[in-house]
Amino acid sequence: MTFFRFRQALTISLLALGSTLLLPGCSADKNNAAATERLPFIGEREVRPRADGGPADTVYATIPAFRLTNQDGKVITNQTFAGKVYVTDFFFATCPSICPKMQSELLRVYDKFKGDPRVLFLSHTIDPAHDSIPVLRDYAQRLGIADAARWHFATAPHDTIFALARAYMTAAQVDKGVAGGFAHSGAFALIDPQRRIRGVYDGMNPLEVQRLLDDLPVLLREVEQEQKAAK
Amino acid sequence: MRRRGPLTLVLTGLLGAALGLAGCFTERQHEGEKIYATHCANCHGAQGEGLKRLIPPLAKSDYVAKNRTGLACLIRKGIKGPLVVNDVEFNQAMPAADSHLTDSQITNLLNFVQTSWGNQGEVFTIREVSAQLQGCGASDGQ
Ligand code: HEC
Repeated sequence: MTFFRFRQALTISLLALGSTLLLPGCSADKNNAAATERLPFIGEREVRPRADGGPADTVYATIPAFRLTNQDGKVITNQTFAGKVYVTDFFFATCPSICPKMQSELLRVYDKFKGDPRVLFLSHTIDPAHDSIPVLRDYAQRLGIADAARWHFATAPHDTIFALARAYMTAAQVDKGVAGGFAHSGAFALIDPQRRIRGVYDGMNPLEVQRLLDDLPVLLREVEQEQKAAK
Repeated sequence: MRRRGPLTLVLTGLLGAALGLAGCFTERQHEGEKIYATHCANCHGAQGEGLKRLIPPLAKSDYVAKNRTGLACLIRKGIKGPLVVNDVEFNQAMPAADSHLTDSQITNLLNFVQTSWGNQGEVFTIREVSAQLQGCGASDGQ
């Protein structure tokens, strides 16, 4: 089920990739096209008829409320990410298979945006029994992340983490048959300030990670325009 | 037009056989490189570069140069605990290879490491690798 949803999300985002690739190509004025470009909304949507009979509202899936602890022992919640966009993934410190590659790809994204306070990063451990706060802190420092406020390495009870993994469509689950004891897809999700998923990317594939690098400025532009309009 | 004539079939057959053969040769030649890509690269990086202070590099690693006699067992059994490579301290666990590698596969793998990314280590013979593995009770004589 989770996996199916994940594939669906990937398909949707791949379609989106197609259109972002095509759009600039068709337009004579590249900047103009980019200015109106918008990322898709990923996940289930609900169409709610309006009481006054006006055009129905479409409500997109959002990330539920969460409460985690980061590598500094600080509690982090949705409020920590208010007004920001963030990129999230699921890993564990002793992961024998895909994590090092995945985290090195996420590090590549972090390095590009570390000077931009509007973008935050959030890595969840899917092995909270092993990855205590000191283990997470050591991991973050070894990866070169000095500032926990920019890239959180977070833990929470097992069920909380796995429910969140489903919400972010990153398909993490316990699987004793897999090396390390957990199966996960290595996906990155891009979240907007309204807690909606705007992209899901295969973190093991540098081309997909490039697409994330290209999508981030598009989302930041949208957020900027909305914040201006709200003033 | 839709039906394939016998000639096409023969040609396809020949081409297939030729490709198969070529594949077989290159596979042997590049066995070490392939094993590296499937068993090691996710951690140590496509260029043996490692990852910050989490995963040590294999490219120009002084550890590899200084610990020649321990390398076969390290790959078969994994390693953990503090370890210094090029003056940087690492302390993470490397698991044993995720599927069994034969003595000869480990030989090809080590030789790929010894001759890649600027490394100029002396290559291994399978006898040397089997002897190392016997030392840690892990040779399979293949
Ligand atoms: C799950 C990640 C992972 C995988 C897969 C992995 N290693 Fe390692 N490797 C490590 C870590 C971590 C260390 C350091 C261990 C420590 O801190 O004690 C290490 C150390 C080493 C060392 C000694 C230190 C150095 O860098 O010179 C060598 C040699 C090595 N690995 C080779 C390999 C080879 C060859 C493979 C493929 C069969 C491989 N490793 C697969 C993570 C991994």
